[in-house]
Amino acid sequence: EKFGLGRPAAPDEIAAWDHDVNPEGVGLPVGSGSVEDGEALFGDYCAICHGDFAEGVDNWPKLAGGQGTLDHKDPLKTVGSYWPHVTTTWDYVNRSMPFGNAQTLTVDEVYAVVAYILYSNDLVEDDFVLSNENLLDIELPNKDGFIIDDRAESEYSKWSGEPCMTDCKDKVEITMRAMVLDVTPEETKARKVQELVKSTNPRNAAAAEAVPAAAEATTEAPAAEEAKPEETAALDPALVAKGETVFKKCAACHQVGEGAKNKVGPMLNAVFGHPAGAVEGFGYSKQLKAAAEGGLVWDDATLAEFLAKPRDYIKGTKMSFNGLKKDEEIAAVIAYLKSFAQ
Amino acid sequence: GDPLITEVQQWARGLGEGVDATPYGLPIRFETDVVRRNVPWLTADPISSINFTPIHALDGTITPQGCAFERHHSGAIELSKDDYRLMINGLVDTPLVFTYADLERFPRQTHVYFCECAANTGMEWAGAQLNGAQFTHGMIHNMEYTGIPLRTLLEEAGFDTSAKWVYVEGADASSNGRSIPMEKALDDVLVAFKANGEALRKEHGYPVRLVVPGWEGNMWVKWLRRIEVADAPVESREETSKYTDTLANGVSRKWTWVMDAKSIITSPSPQAPIRHGHGPLVITGLAWSGRGAISRVDISKDGGKTWETARLAKPGEKMALTRFYLDTTWNGEEMLLQARAMDETGYVQPTKAQLREVRGENSIYHNNCIQTWWVQSNGEAENVEVS
Repeated sequence: EKFGLGRPAAPDEIAAWDHDVNPEGVGLPVGSGSVEDGEALFGDYCAICHGDFAEGVDNWPKLAGGQGTLDHKDPLKTVGSYWPHVTTTWDYVNRSMPFGNAQTLTVDEVYAVVAYILYSNDLVEDDFVLSNENLLDIELPNKDGFIIDDRAESEYSKWSGEPCMTDCKDKVEITMRAMVLDVTPEETKARKVQELVKSTNPRNAAAAEAVPAAAEATTEAPAAEEAKPEETAALDPALVAKGETVFKKCAACHQVGEGAKNKVGPMLNAVFGHPAGAVEGFGYSKQLKAAAEGGLVWDDATLAEFLAKPRDYIKGTKMSFNGLKKDEEIAAVIAYLKSFAQ
Repeated sequence: GDPLITEVQQWARGLGEGVDATPYGLPIRFETDVVRRNVPWLTADPISSINFTPIHALDGTITPQGCAFERHHSGAIELSKDDYRLMINGLVDTPLVFTYADLERFPRQTHVYFCECAANTGMEWAGAQLNGAQFTHGMIHNMEYTGIPLRTLLEEAGFDTSAKWVYVEGADASSNGRSIPMEKALDDVLVAFKANGEALRKEHGYPVRLVVPGWEGNMWVKWLRRIEVADAPVESREETSKYTDTLANGVSRKWTWVMDAKSIITSPSPQAPIRHGHGPLVITGLAWSGRGAISRVDISKDGGKTWETARLAKPGEKMALTRFYLDTTWNGEEMLLQARAMDETGYVQPTKAQLREVRGENSIYHNNCIQTWWVQSNGEAENVEVS
């Protein structure tokens, strides 16, 4: 039965949305890109999370390494060690990356980035050029490492039937406790300690209040006193415009301007001229919070130093960006941020 | 006497809020502890991450949308009904585009189903790790969905009956996509736009998400924008590099879609210790199976030596949460509490040791082991493993 609802999809509409690529290469567009170009693109768009050598930053996915670890404890699963098809990598980079700025790479740029990921996994040489012509020729090491769900055969018959109800074991001993690892999020733990103190001894209710709740500690306003925004000379519009361009490197993680919200990084309105670590609702690293408590204020000098080498300036910062290499770029971005200083 | 009784209280003398105070209400402030929580160290960033349903603090079976766990790959997007489009293309007679208003004109159905992330309990493979049912088992919710059978839309487009797969894709930046075998697509998959009677919440895919009963949550694509009929699976990132289960020998299972029978005692539990004295105690929890209805739940107080059968709040329903109760007496004795679910296929929920024997400790996904809570004489409970 047909209802006659909906309308035919136009060819350009299908072309705009139908981008998936399957392991036979169906959907792979014509194009090419070199490892060399891929390295530069990767540095600009991917390294912030995945590291310069695709080795991963913090908890962000590692894209290289790990070959031979799949049967070890905590295997390292990367494109080189785990993914079965190069087409999947192409498809994912094309449709879903860069994180926070998806579908901005051209077809050739996607080929180049994938070429660089393959190179990082020692699967191609540094002069390799990946294209729709040769992509299917590349076999990933773990292509035969998968079997189709076999639970029906390997498990279901074993774990069926009338279960034991009495005398099922001789003895029972505790072999592992979650409290020993102690990785349950702090907020819950702190509350539990407070409750525990209160409930086990009512006279200790006052003492319980003294148990610092981690949740409260993190929401406390950092650096209570408001620093005075610096007197700034009128901004050079050309420099601000240049800063807007350079800021694209930051935009995967940061928003600035009207309606800016916290993303991977904090929103950057009213950051220039203000104490560090003060954007409401953003979870800063311990180290940045410590610097903020130490009185760090973002001005020309501190921002310039931070933007040149973020991880040197604040060891342990969550900002995994490698830094702006050119002084002109740093000056431009600072000018751009000043224009939102309020 | 109790002053709450002997003295006239403010709420018995004065007035409460008028009917215009909260046109769409939130829980009363005394319940602010009943919230979704995340585990910051699990992921690099809260935008591509997961949080957990406070199952320790809920009862019954329906999960309120406002505290039902969320999993996003590129954040929860805002997509209005007016801007919504759903495309069906690929091996069909006529590729079609539907608006939201079009969808509301197809015959619709209403069903209750659980949605469980394949990674639920995934942090417990190598040992007891997180101390609370919310964290060990909270990647699950259970809602009453209203929507259109996917089959109806496929028929409207005139799908190629020899096609083996459909590929479903979301509108968000992650363009999360999964391949679903045609047999399942034609069976019970829903294109849903209401949950628990109200519009889907933003974080659950407003205005339209896919409902894939009994199968892993990652396939329940949110902000559903495209359905492609195909003769082969896409083998997307989410069905190769993720949501595949690595065994001890390094070989990985793929296409492990169905969620096997599982249960969890929600109270008492580490976040819901026994606060009352000795005497009557209600032990309660949830059981579910992606392969059908729950037929029975047994509870052990001694770490699996002896078992007694719990009372089901109502008969198990297919691919939906079932609430169980054991009305018992507690006199301060230590307990090693376990629940064990059985479903209508005769499957019995395995122990962690049984699972590890077949799969090792690296699977990440599909951990449906029996959980143990150690309830101590003061009523506190802890996540433990037992021999």
